[in-house]
Amino acid sequence: MTVVLEVADVRGGYGGADILNGTDLKLDEGEIVVIIGPNGAGKSTLMKAVFGLATIRSGSVSFFGRTITGMRADQVAKLGMSYVPQERNVFASLTVNENLEMGAYLRDDDFGPQIERIYELFPPLKERRRQQAGTLSGGERQMLAMGRALMLDPKLLLLDEPTAALSPRYAAETFERIREINALGITILMVEQNARQALEHADRGVVLVMGANRFEAPGPELLANREVAEMYLGG
Amino acid sequence: MTDLLQLLVFGIVFGSILTLGAIGVSLIFGILRFAHFAHGDMMTVGAYFALIFVAQIGWPIYMALPAAMIGAALLAILIDQSVYRRLRRTAPVILLISSFGMALLLRAAVQLIWGTDNQVYQPGINVPYVVFDIRIKPDHLVIVGASVILVFAFHLFLKMTRMGKAMRAMSDNVDLARVSGIDSERVVIWTWVIGGALAAAAGVLLALDTRLNPQLGWNVLLPVFAATIVGGIGRVYGAIAGGMFIGIATELSTAVILPAYKPAVAFTLMVLVLILRPRGLVRGMN
Repeated sequence: MTVVLEVADVRGGYGGADILNGTDLKLDEGEIVVIIGPNGAGKSTLMKAVFGLATIRSGSVSFFGRTITGMRADQVAKLGMSYVPQERNVFASLTVNENLEMGAYLRDDDFGPQIERIYELFPPLKERRRQQAGTLSGGERQMLAMGRALMLDPKLLLLDEPTAALSPRYAAETFERIREINALGITILMVEQNARQALEHADRGVVLVMGANRFEAPGPELLANREVAEMYLGG
Repeated sequence: MTDLLQLLVFGIVFGSILTLGAIGVSLIFGILRFAHFAHGDMMTVGAYFALIFVAQIGWPIYMALPAAMIGAALLAILIDQSVYRRLRRTAPVILLISSFGMALLLRAAVQLIWGTDNQVYQPGINVPYVVFDIRIKPDHLVIVGASVILVFAFHLFLKMTRMGKAMRAMSDNVDLARVSGIDSERVVIWTWVIGGALAAAAGVLLALDTRLNPQLGWNVLLPVFAATIVGGIGRVYGAIAGGMFIGIATELSTAVILPAYKPAVAFTLMVLVLILRPRGLVRGMN
């Protein structure tokens, strides 16, 4: 099986004390992997380090076998990886359609058909295509954020807490969408607070504690693990 | 009543000029997060660039204006790449102070090259049209017309072109722009092209309304900043409204106070807006 992403013994953070203390991670093509763990465990930092937005002091990150350690975010994006931040993940003053156009900034070809595909995946966005993104509801905003990230036709999609600000109904719907995106052949790595629900939709879960992996197992197995359940899934 | 309408005409003329300067200040703040203090002197340099084409080559002003804009755009890129770019990773306050130094440098260069005397593009009297007792000079029509055309062109650039949209995106959310793969250095260069060109246009139009001298742009830096802040700094559409507001308010104020206090009007309005509506009078539009 093709290894999409490999993180090996990564240490680093934002210039101060290390937040990641020897993190390892491996993603096979087509997988959905969810990272769970307590607050401050370095879940978001790990994602940012992969995408070139946090500093890696030692260790390595490779994408389809190619070393991308310390590469700039726009260069990483060019290689076929997209990232959806947890907050401020749309251009609020731009219209829905313009947000998608900005997602395709690196494309030189005609991306019209791709925009139509995104609207098929997220029909509510199509109705609001001329509306400013700042006027969207939380759920629609999350759709737009994912839509923007999909404009480059990425091979790997990083999602930082995609359901954090959503009601349970929208959260469930978002997980469904993530599965649909995955069915298109896109490997997905996500960080989730909503751990129980996320693990149900994931192939594998990784528990990150103090910037290092503590457990790693298929979703159902992690859900069944008593220690994990008690400590990280709220009993 | 006629007096007030006359002042309104002057206000619209002054506002058209301020708008062109304020768009640049606001755009530069939105993209680079620092207040560009050399903007007034960039206006001055632009005005003198036009003088070269008018006085040395004999071009009419409508040809000298675009030439001066191109010259100022190139100068702005040069200044950015040689000075500001090196300081961009430091604190914004260092950029602010360095732009103050750049302001002094530009003014000194203008004095060295063109001297300190007042100059005009074309000597002679600009005979005004009289409409219902209101006097409108032909130059006033040129100023307002040029400003409207430039603002509209800028609006089309922001809304229709890929670079214009990238500029709005970066001004809205720098981190997300980077994540989307937008090349921030290219956006910065285009920011200077537009900021510099519009500053030159403002300088030429101001010199057309008054006279060329090395203090030309420096003297209006305060109203330009007031316009920027009233419109909500970083919001280019706010800058257009802010420019007209400050221009008209400044001129109308002379109906009740001595013209000598005119500069204080812009300052007072700026302080009031900072206290009461610190994010600007215009809501929403970025």
